[in-house]
Amino acid sequence: MARKEIIPKKHAMPCQTPAERVKNFAEVALGYSEQTAMAEAARCLQCKRPTCVDGCPVEVDIPGFIARVAAGDFVGAAQRLKEKNLLPSICGRVCPQEDQCEARCTLSKKFEPVGIGRLERFVADTQLWLEPAALPPEPPLPPASGFKVAVVGSGPAGLTAAGDLVRLGHRVTVFEALHKAGGVLVYGIPEFRLPKAIVEREVQALQRMGVELRTNFVIGKTETIDELLANSYDAVFVATGAGLPHFMNIPGENLNGVYSANEFLTRANLMKAYRFPEYDTPIHLGKRVAVVGAGNVAMDAARTALRLGAEKVFLVYRRSHEEMPARAEEIEHAEEEGIDLRLLTSPVRILGDKENWVTGCECIRMELGEPDASGRRRPVAVPQSEHVLPVDTVIMAIGQSPNPLVPATTPGLETTRHGTIVGDPETGKTGKRGVFVGGDILTGAATVILAMGAGRKSARAIDVWLRDPERKW
Amino acid sequence: MFPILAARTLAPLVKEFVIDARPVALKAKAGQFIVLRIDETGERIPLTIAGVDATQGTVRIVFLEVGKSTRKLGTLGAGDSLLDFVGPLGNPSHVEKFGTVVCIGGGVGVPAVLPIAHALKAAGNHVIGITGARRADLLILEDEMRGACHELFVTTDDGSRGDRGLVTDPLRRFIAEGRKIDLVVAVGPAIMMKAVAAATQPHGLKTVVSLNSVMVDGTGMCGGCRVTVGGQTKFVCVDGPEFDAHQVNFDELMMRQRMYRNQEKTALTRYDECRSAQPREEVTSRG
Ligand SMILES: Cc1cc2nc3c(=O)[nH]c(=O)nc-3n(C[C@H](O)[C@H](O)[C@H](O)COP(=O)(O)OP(=O)(O)OC[C@H]3O[C@@H](n4cnc5c(N)ncnc54)[C@H](O)[C@@H]3O)c2cc1C
Ligand SMILES: Cc1cc2nc3c(=O)[nH]c(=O)nc-3n(C[C@H](O)[C@H](O)[C@H](O)COP(=O)(O)OP(=O)(O)OC[C@H]3O[C@@H](n4cnc5c(N)ncnc54)[C@H](O)[C@@H]3O)c2cc1C
Ligand code: SF4
Ligand code: SF4
Ligand code: FES
Repeated sequence: MARKEIIPKKHAMPCQTPAERVKNFAEVALGYSEQTAMAEAARCLQCKRPTCVDGCPVEVDIPGFIARVAAGDFVGAAQRLKEKNLLPSICGRVCPQEDQCEARCTLSKKFEPVGIGRLERFVADTQLWLEPAALPPEPPLPPASGFKVAVVGSGPAGLTAAGDLVRLGHRVTVFEALHKAGGVLVYGIPEFRLPKAIVEREVQALQRMGVELRTNFVIGKTETIDELLANSYDAVFVATGAGLPHFMNIPGENLNGVYSANEFLTRANLMKAYRFPEYDTPIHLGKRVAVVGAGNVAMDAARTALRLGAEKVFLVYRRSHEEMPARAEEIEHAEEEGIDLRLLTSPVRILGDKENWVTGCECIRMELGEPDASGRRRPVAVPQSEHVLPVDTVIMAIGQSPNPLVPATTPGLETTRHGTIVGDPETGKTGKRGVFVGGDILTGAATVILAMGAGRKSARAIDVWLRDPERKW
Repeated sequence: MFPILAARTLAPLVKEFVIDARPVALKAKAGQFIVLRIDETGERIPLTIAGVDATQGTVRIVFLEVGKSTRKLGTLGAGDSLLDFVGPLGNPSHVEKFGTVVCIGGGVGVPAVLPIAHALKAAGNHVIGITGARRADLLILEDEMRGACHELFVTTDDGSRGDRGLVTDPLRRFIAEGRKIDLVVAVGPAIMMKAVAAATQPHGLKTVVSLNSVMVDGTGMCGGCRVTVGGQTKFVCVDGPEFDAHQVNFDELMMRQRMYRNQEKTALTRYDECRSAQPREEVTSRG
């Protein structure tokens, strides 16, 4: 057999141009056409030992779905994908593929890997907008188990667990504090990276499968976990995420114009403040904005600020480019859009006027010293290098930890000093009988796909436990 | 959807709704609040729980029409529904037998202080109420306050009802007379709560206030509601809403409350223009 000629690079993803896209909230990446998808799929070597799958936390049958794309069988590809991944249209967009599946692709040793994420997105999107009647029928549900499970939180961990538990024959209610389901997918990740209509569509699909969704229901306030267990639920899966924003505790942080990234993004995404006054929620539109941090959250905040009309957006980060934790693609997009990276720089205080409005952000330059506990070189302040960035808005995107609401109202749940709930990483079992945990609340802020993987593992563990006549804990 | 079962006007621009929201009604305690959203384009509006009927599963809210959202809310009436209604949020008031407690409500702080006064009375305290408004017609829920307190003092800025003056006047008088007071609870506009704090601080009189900073989620997720209390940043929605009045940085709170003033004006002007462009009947049909 003649050796297949390898195309060294991934087929390019069509994107809105930077100049165009900074003026709107529409999706930046536009998605493959059928032809491009089939051509990209043809790059896959269909390895006998597909190492790409090892890199996927939910073990998607990557060569399997890609073979179907290459053959033009998109419906078949989607079915393959959905066997392992409940939310492919989302993962195809936001998974850090460069560290996961694509990092392990055989091709990546010499060439660019197969565009697995792009193909995943393409396949999922071909199905997304079909009427339910036009979709291939869901496999029939097993006989009802008679058990009821409460899922707390509707982020990727909660949604995945809910879907799996319904497929295992259990009755499931998802309780969500906010008015919309999706967790970070709806309040954090911006429209231009993940259109909210997609999340809504995926949630509707779960509801059609039988998942009951109760929004506006705060566990720990409206009802406690103990009440859920006492009232009718046989098990509880806690997936409340890591939603508590951190501040730096520097002077001036409570000035008007200082936001946590959570607040800024929630106003913009969940509340649609970018469409104010058509939507009622306002947002302070800075002309010059400093975003502190360099993770995905910081990139999202910076790029959202640009789209809201900021003339200048600085990204202030105390380490160097190499250490920036955001996805490579996001950093690249941000730089293309004109975000001004101020690396090796750290804020020391925020300056304000008499009326409490931000007038500037005083920063200090840093240099990298000895490696610290995380193995990264520790930034050390350069004496006498203070300088002021003239900005009217500062957005703190320096991380978040779990919200203490559930642990604080649930006797018997142990937390770590980072505020995460203690649970078995394989099953999510906690120290409290019948209560499982997974996603960011177990691991600390991580990724969508890891949260989904956790939801899946716990769903399996919950199923086993519920059906075990002894129900040992 | 959360149906509005009953609606009435308590004073010009002040309305009372009874909402069908059983899960909230079953749990609510004095001092807690809810967050509601009128419709899909609406913002999340925090309002204090002004009483519940657990058997009926209803929650009472009282609001002052100050801007676009509360105005829009005011156009609704019995038979309409709210899209979202979540709670009870925030920590309940700390209720125990303190001895003599002065409960002060100013403006739409009255419905907020009312359940607290009830709870404190039920816990065996001697409750002295002070309620105030700018004018007699703006004074609300006076009879209910009278029922919740052992004694009630009423003030209006212009003297059109009760004593002429501010709610702090009777308070200062009790202090001057040497009445034994074990706790003061004050809910109202920030400026009023600041004045109460200033009146009691020199006498070391324990004072609790319920803060109304600008909120979004009400669950500790955004940090927008933060205030400085005792030099530390606190989130009003989860650490409060009640705090030791003598530790609160009221000036910062008041400045933060003005954060969206320009946008609020834009929203209101646009809203009024849209509404005046509609046939008048539609505007007034729900009265
Ligand atoms: C701005 C931003 C950008 C990101 N970008 C990426 C990316 O590009 N790729 C990627 O892989 N990851 C990204 N992440 C991380 C990823 O979104 C999270 O790791 C993931 O969403 C965690 O899922 P989860 O289900 O554990 O929790 P969450 O998504 O946080 O969902 C938790 C849900 O629980 C609800 N909840 C909390 N407390 C209660 C309660 N007491 N009662 C009821 N409900 C409650 C919350 O309202 C929320 O809806 C990003 C995160 C942020 C903030
Ligand atoms: C815990 C809490 C309890 C409250 N209880 C009551 C109550 O029982 N009755 C009542 O009439 N009002 C109450 N408020 C205030 C009420 O939420 C605001 O008046 C309302 O949100 C104003 O919205 P608007 O669009 O009509 O006015 P806007 O024009 O938007 O604003 C008018 C004023 O309301 C404040 N405000 C605006 N948006 C918010 C927001 N999202 N959160 C908080 N304040 C805001 C601003 O400081 C502004 O000065 C409470 C606020 C809090 C935080
Ligand atoms: S789910 Fe994520 S990691 Fe797995 S194959 Fe899809 S894009 Fe790759
Ligand atoms: S490792 Fe790469 S080439 Fe091999 S099957 Fe997976 S995607 Fe295809
Ligand atoms: S309102 Fe968001 S943290 Fe309090």
